Amino acid sequence: MNKVVTVFLILFFVSFFSSAQTITVCKDCNITTLKEAIKNATDFDTIIVKQGTYKEHNITIDKPLTILGKNYPVIDGEEQGEIITIVSDHVTVDGLFLKNVGNSYTEDFAAIRVIKSKFFEIRNLVIEKLFFGIYIEKSKFGKIINNKIIGEAVEEYNSGNGIHLWYSHDLDIENNHVQNMRDGIYFEFADNSTIKNNVSTNNLRYGLHFMFSNNDVYEGNTFENNGAGVAVMFSKQIKMINNVFKKNWGTASYGLLLKEINDAEIKGNTFEKNTIGINIEGSNRITYVNNNFSNNGWAVKVRGACYSNSFISNNFLYNSFDVSYNSKINDNLFDNNYWSNYTGYDLDKNGIGDVPYRPVKLFSYIVNRTPETIILLRSLFIDIIDFSEKVSPVFTPDKLLDNNPSIKKIAW
Amino acid sequence: MLKILKYSFFDLMRSRWSYVYFAFYLLLGIVLLFLNNDLSKAVITLMNIIIVLVPLIGTIFGVMYYYNSKEFTELLLAQPLKRSSIFLGQYLGVSISLSMSLVLGLGIPFALYGLFNSSAIWDFSLLIITGGFLTFIFTALAFNIALSNENKIKGFGYAILVWLLLAIIYDGVFLMSLILFEDYPLDKLSLVGTMLNPIDLSRTLILLKLDISALLGYTGAVFKQFFGTSFGLIVSFSMLIIWVSLPVMRIVYKSKRKDF
Repeated sequence: MNKVVTVFLILFFVSFFSSAQTITVCKDCNITTLKEAIKNATDFDTIIVKQGTYKEHNITIDKPLTILGKNYPVIDGEEQGEIITIVSDHVTVDGLFLKNVGNSYTEDFAAIRVIKSKFFEIRNLVIEKLFFGIYIEKSKFGKIINNKIIGEAVEEYNSGNGIHLWYSHDLDIENNHVQNMRDGIYFEFADNSTIKNNVSTNNLRYGLHFMFSNNDVYEGNTFENNGAGVAVMFSKQIKMINNVFKKNWGTASYGLLLKEINDAEIKGNTFEKNTIGINIEGSNRITYVNNNFSNNGWAVKVRGACYSNSFISNNFLYNSFDVSYNSKINDNLFDNNYWSNYTGYDLDKNGIGDVPYRPVKLFSYIVNRTPETIILLRSLFIDIIDFSEKVSPVFTPDKLLDNNPSIKKIAW
Repeated sequence: MLKILKYSFFDLMRSRWSYVYFAFYLLLGIVLLFLNNDLSKAVITLMNIIIVLVPLIGTIFGVMYYYNSKEFTELLLAQPLKRSSIFLGQYLGVSISLSMSLVLGLGIPFALYGLFNSSAIWDFSLLIITGGFLTFIFTALAFNIALSNENKIKGFGYAILVWLLLAIIYDGVFLMSLILFEDYPLDKLSLVGTMLNPIDLSRTLILLKLDISALLGYTGAVFKQFFGTSFGLIVSFSMLIIWVSLPVMRIVYKSKRKDF
């Protein structure tokens, strides 16, 4: 990381004190288009684009340049294809309003695409009427900050992703806002990246979708009201901290879908009002600490092949089902959580319930088998059979217990 | 009818049982809030109690009132009064006083606890409305039972049986049949099954508020339309109204033909 900073500093000074000049683009200037400006510029120049509408597309930035927009100049692609393509290292694009990206069924046109570049910075862009938003391929050491991507996706097959990363690594994605796209943020083969304080809402499919992306950190993001929530698959060593997963409702909708995720850390997140808070499938050695699960249909649904996961000090508040299993085998640990459905007592007043809590109910087993029975939720009869199952487990994993249920809501 | 209603109502207001009922709900509300320290959790617990207890109290109280005031009813029948207005007046008197005990008994502690500033107010008002409906339905059922049975013991027996049937046994049979026929598409059947039992109906109505996220997890177009839109709420309420009006109509019908 230090190396990166040094390189940046050196380049910064080099570009500052050497022959770098500023080229201004405006309607009344000598140079009236961005393309022309790029053609006339030398390495490390700054191009300032003044307010106005520029009807341009297929702008290729092939030298290290800084492009600054003053008062959000509009670059209108007129639905002809891609707007900006970056193929050089050290390119900064700042403060532009990009719109009308071409739509295609054969090519993924993006508002701004970065190909095989290093040290790029994309910041303060507003992108509307687009197909793909920011498309990064085979690039590294970049920053994507403060962008606003607003799509109008209606169908999955003819819409694109907000921020799309493919075979890239060491990127920082911060403070972006993505809405109404197919996938808000999409990662494939993107390692060692930080995704921080982004908001991804109302997307057709996933708010965040990543596969084969290891060693990434997701922090403080908000994923709300996405078609299918957030899906993460086939990745190792990821950290998800202080994110909010909210209001993902539907038959195949999850706050967080984990599939083949190993050695992850999920900490301090909030799962609220999702049909399924976390859906776990084939995921091992994950620690869930200090998460809030409130008002979900299923707080945690364990589908199978999940071993050595631990749920420690989480709050399970008013979920219809706290934990659901589809088998009798359990190799996961539940300890010191707060369960709002806990009915035990604490006679020695040490803050830990004296009776272990059984988070899996017989009814959740029945609903797994016959989904229509969900209509009997909270019926007295169901309470009676749940109680008898609690006393002597037959259908649910009998060793699945929280031996130290907390009496008070856990604060951290 | 209004005069008889008024008489029944004030008679009940002066009776010990109304106060016991009122005090019970008051105590329940206070204890729940005291133990839970949380409005939304208290509302959920309350729901479990309301859908079981309100019907029970409604049936028992209805039957009891009918048998107790039988002599007075016979006296009234000797007067030039319409039969339907005598019985409907009594019925409304009982149901209104019971609903009032419920609303005040639960409303006062919750209001004092700060219900009006809380987001739970809609859940709570739905709870009270369903509680009111259940009172009206089960008191009407109780009057039907009492009108059809001269024998007090038999009447009480049937009343408890009706409650047991609708509150517990129905759900058991319902669950078994759903599991038995799980190979078939069941979403319509399960909705119809719910409509046919007022307790299940009220439960569903409250589920719509409390557990909507879980209900939407089921794949079924009918379910989705029912729970995902206001359609479910409208249908449930109209079914509850039908559930009140059918037994009331039978009270009128039965009382006109009965020999006293």
